[in-house]
Amino acid sequence: MVFDSLIKRYSYTIIGNDFTTAGKSSSDIKSNLKAIGIDAKIIRKIAIISYEAEINIIIHSLGGQLHCDLYEDKIVITSEDIGPGIPDIEMAMTEGFSTASDNVRELGFGAGMGLPNMKRYSDDFEISSSSNGTIIIITVLI
Amino acid sequence: MNALEIKEVVNAKILTNNCNLETQYHYAFASDLMSDVLAYANNETLLITGLNNPQVIRTAEMMDISAILFVRGKKPSKETVDLANENKMTILATDYIMFKACGMLYENGMKGLE
Repeated sequence: MVFDSLIKRYSYTIIGNDFTTAGKSSSDIKSNLKAIGIDAKIIRKIAIISYEAEINIIIHSLGGQLHCDLYEDKIVITSEDIGPGIPDIEMAMTEGFSTASDNVRELGFGAGMGLPNMKRYSDDFEISSSSNGTIIIITVLI
Repeated sequence: MNALEIKEVVNAKILTNNCNLETQYHYAFASDLMSDVLAYANNETLLITGLNNPQVIRTAEMMDISAILFVRGKKPSKETVDLANENKMTILATDYIMFKACGMLYENGMKGLE
């Protein structure tokens, strides 16, 4: 088995329920990828995926980590959060299904499009969840 | 249609100063759901929305959207306008409701996203 070598990792700590800086990490990922000359279409996919992941961590968890790993032929976004996890992943992947509060909906989120959007823009989408938290690994080929 | 023409059509105010008023917008997408914007919009689009928090600017930034029209007389906070200026976006604000603003723009040649 051949392991791709990691060129660069960008990591961010996301605080649960903190909407004041929501999107800042994704904005940073976007400008970093732009600075190293990644194709604009790929950057847009990554920006959408990381932004949805970032918002999800803020809305649904106590906090977590967002990583953007750059390889020669792909970019991998990893979202790892702490509790409470997703009880029914199949349901959570359904467009329009959401457990978000009214508070979150007032901000324009919680429409039940987060996970489906992340999958839509990815080439590979893996999700696992327990009562300790959720890990999502999304790959976009470049 | 550029930002100045949009301003005329819907009697809007332009709230940002660090923006390109010459950019042409042929399509618009109207929604208060940012996740729908992330699912359907593209970069040559004018975003029409009644939401005016900084998340709207962040969402537009992710999609490379450079113009946003706030409807229903919503006044965005300084923080929202600052973030838009930082991202060189054009922010317009009109008192018209979303349906009317969309209708007026449509009548003047703006198309909806397919």
